[in-house]
Amino acid sequence: MIRVENLSKTYRLGTVSVEALRGVSFHIAPGEFVAVIGPSGSGKSTLLHLLGCLDVPTGGTYHLDGSEVSRLRPDDLARIRNRKVGFVFQSYNLLPRLTAVENVELPLLYRGVRPAARYARACECLERVGLGNRLHHLPSQLSGGEQQRVAIARALAGDPAVILADEPTGNLDSRSGGEIMDLFAELHAAGRTLLVVTHDMAVARRAQRLLRIQDGSLVGDERVA
Amino acid sequence: MDLLASVKVALGGILANKLRSFLTMLGVTIGVAAVIGLVAIGQGTQNRIRAQIESLGSYLLTVNIRGRGAQTALSYQEARDLTADLEEAVATAPVVSGSVTVKYGTREYDTSLVGTDHNLAEVRNMGVDRGRFLAPLDVAYWQNVAVLGQTVVSELFGFTNPVGEEVKINGHTFLVVGVLSPQGSSMMGSGDDQVIVPATTAQRLVGSRGVRTVYVKGRDPAAVDTLMAAIGERLTTRFRDADAFRIFSQTQMLETVTQVTGTMTMMLAAIAAISLLVGGIGIMNIMLVSVTERTREIGIRKALGARKRDILVQFLIESAVLSGLGGIAGIVVGLVLARAAGGVIGISAAIPVTTVLLAFLFSAGVGIFFGMYPANRAANLDPIQALRFE
Ligand SMILES: Nc1ncnc2c1ncn2[C@@H]1O[C@H](COP(=O)(O)OP(=O)(O)O)[C@@H](O)[C@H]1O
Ligand SMILES: [Mg+2]
Repeated sequence: MIRVENLSKTYRLGTVSVEALRGVSFHIAPGEFVAVIGPSGSGKSTLLHLLGCLDVPTGGTYHLDGSEVSRLRPDDLARIRNRKVGFVFQSYNLLPRLTAVENVELPLLYRGVRPAARYARACECLERVGLGNRLHHLPSQLSGGEQQRVAIARALAGDPAVILADEPTGNLDSRSGGEIMDLFAELHAAGRTLLVVTHDMAVARRAQRLLRIQDGSLVGDERVA
Repeated sequence: MDLLASVKVALGGILANKLRSFLTMLGVTIGVAAVIGLVAIGQGTQNRIRAQIESLGSYLLTVNIRGRGAQTALSYQEARDLTADLEEAVATAPVVSGSVTVKYGTREYDTSLVGTDHNLAEVRNMGVDRGRFLAPLDVAYWQNVAVLGQTVVSELFGFTNPVGEEVKINGHTFLVVGVLSPQGSSMMGSGDDQVIVPATTAQRLVGSRGVRTVYVKGRDPAAVDTLMAAIGERLTTRFRDADAFRIFSQTQMLETVTQVTGTMTMMLAAIAAISLLVGGIGIMNIMLVSVTERTREIGIRKALGARKRDILVQFLIESAVLSGLGGIAGIVVGLVLARAAGGVIGISAAIPVTTVLLAFLFSAGVGIFFGMYPANRAANLDPIQALRFE
C-alpha cells in the first residue's frame, strides 16, 4: 500500500537548511494500523505531509497504492490527495461556514460527484462515526470530539486507500480522545489502512505497529503487543 | 468540480461578509451608473438636436454666398433663378439679412432683419400666430410690411395686438401684418428674435448688397443631391469660382452634429469609466484581503483535493459576481438618474440597449480582470503553508 525508500526532506531557509527527514524507508501493507511516534520536532508531520502528497520529498521514492507519486506536478498531487488519501488533523480543519454534512461532502465535490450522491455518501459517513443526528450542525455547534469525528467522516467519504491522522487526539480531553481511538480501531477492524502520528504512548499503543522517529530518522519499527 | 458547485461556493464567500460585499459592489455600481447616466443624457441631447434640425424643414438645402471680388451677393431675382425649371425644388427662399432697430412709440429694440418672400414660410416650416405671412405681391411692389417674431412683439408691444400697427424700422415706416408663431431657438439662433420684411424692401433698408443666403426645399430625399449639384453648377457659372459659395444639406448638418455630440458622449463615458476602474481596484483590494483571511480555508480545500483551477475559479466567480451584481444595480441606478436628470434639463434620456449590455459585460469583465491577481495568488498557495496559517 505504502512503500517509501530513503525518503528525505530538507527545508531551506535562506542559507540555513533543516533536514526534517533523513532517509526514511518502510513499508505498510493494506489493512495495517500504524502509529508514528516521536518527540516534537522529530519530523512526524513532515513525514505525514509527504505521505499525504501535500508536499514533495527532496530525495527518495514513494509508492502509494502501486504508483510512484513523489515527483508529480501539483494538480496530479491534488488528484491523489482527493482519491487516495483521507486526512485527519489535530485542529480538525473543518470549514466553519459549512455544516457537518457539507464539510464531509467536500472531497466528493472536488471529485465531481453529483449533489444527490454526494449528500447520500456524506450522511452515510456521518452515521458511521455516530453523528447521524448532527448532519446540519455547524462546527461551532459541535464539541471538539464531535468535530474530529466529522473530520474522520470527511476522510472516509472519498473511500481513500489510506487514512493519515496527525495528532488526532492532541486537542481533545482523554475521554474524547479515547473515543476517537476507538473509532480508529473500528475502522481498522473493518479493513481500513490507518497511519496515526502521535507523541502520546497511550494513543500509540492502540495501533498494531509502531514506527519510532527521532531527528528525522526511523529508529524503531515494532509490533504492539 | 462543476460550475454550479463553484458558483455556490463563491456565493457562500460573498454572503459570509455581506456589508463588505455590498460596499465593494457599490464601487462598481457608481461607476456603471455614471457611464449609463452620462451616455443616456448624451444620447438624449443628440436626439433632441437632431429633432431640432429636422424641424427646420424637411429636405432643406442652405446656400451661403461668399462671392468673388466685388460681387459678394446675388440679386433677389438671381437667387430665385437658381432653382428655375428645377422640378426637384418645391420652394426657394432667398434671404437678405442685416441688423435693424425697430421702434414703436417710444420703445426701441435691436433685432435681426430677414428680407425674404412668401416661400420662407414653407421652406422653414414657419407659421403665423396672428395676421398673415408675406405675400408674393409684397415683394413685387416693394411693400413696407413686416412680420414680427415673438420676442420683438413682447419687447415692443407687451400685450397690445401689433397687427395693423405701424413701426419704424431704421426710420422707415412699416405696417405690421403678422406675428410669427413661437419658433424656439435652434442652431440657427433664435427664431423669435427677428423681423421679416419683403426681400426687395430689405435690400433698400439696410443698404445690403443683396442675397447671401438661399433656402431651398427639395421634393424628397433623392432631390437633395440633384439640387445640390444643379445649384452648384449654376453658381459656379455665375461666379466662375467653386469657392464663392457653399451648399449645406440638412443631412450634412445632421451628420456633423451627430459626430460632435457622439464625440462628446464618448468623452463623458470615458470619464465615467474611470470611476468604474476605481471600482475595479476596490474589488481587487477586497479580494486580496479575502484571500489572506481565507488562507486556511484554501489550505483545507487543497488538502481535500481542490486543484489550482478549482480555487482560481472559485475566487474569479466571486469577484465576477460582485462586480456583475454591482453592474446590474449600476444599470438600474443609471437609468433612474438619467430619467430624472433628463427631466430636469428637459431632454428625454435615451438608453441604447447595446450600451446597457456593454456596461454589464464591462463590469463583469472588470471583476474578472481585477479578480485575476488575487485569485491567482489563492490558487498558487502552498497547501502546507496555507494549513499552518493562523
Ligand atoms: N516549512 C518548514 N520550513 C522550515 N522548517 C520546517 C518546516 N516545517 C518543518 N520544519 C522543521 O522540520 C522539523 C520537523 O518538523 P515537524 O515534521 O513538524 O515535526 P513534528 O511534527 O514531529 O513535531 C522541525 O525542526 C521543524 O522546525
Ligand atoms: Mg507535528
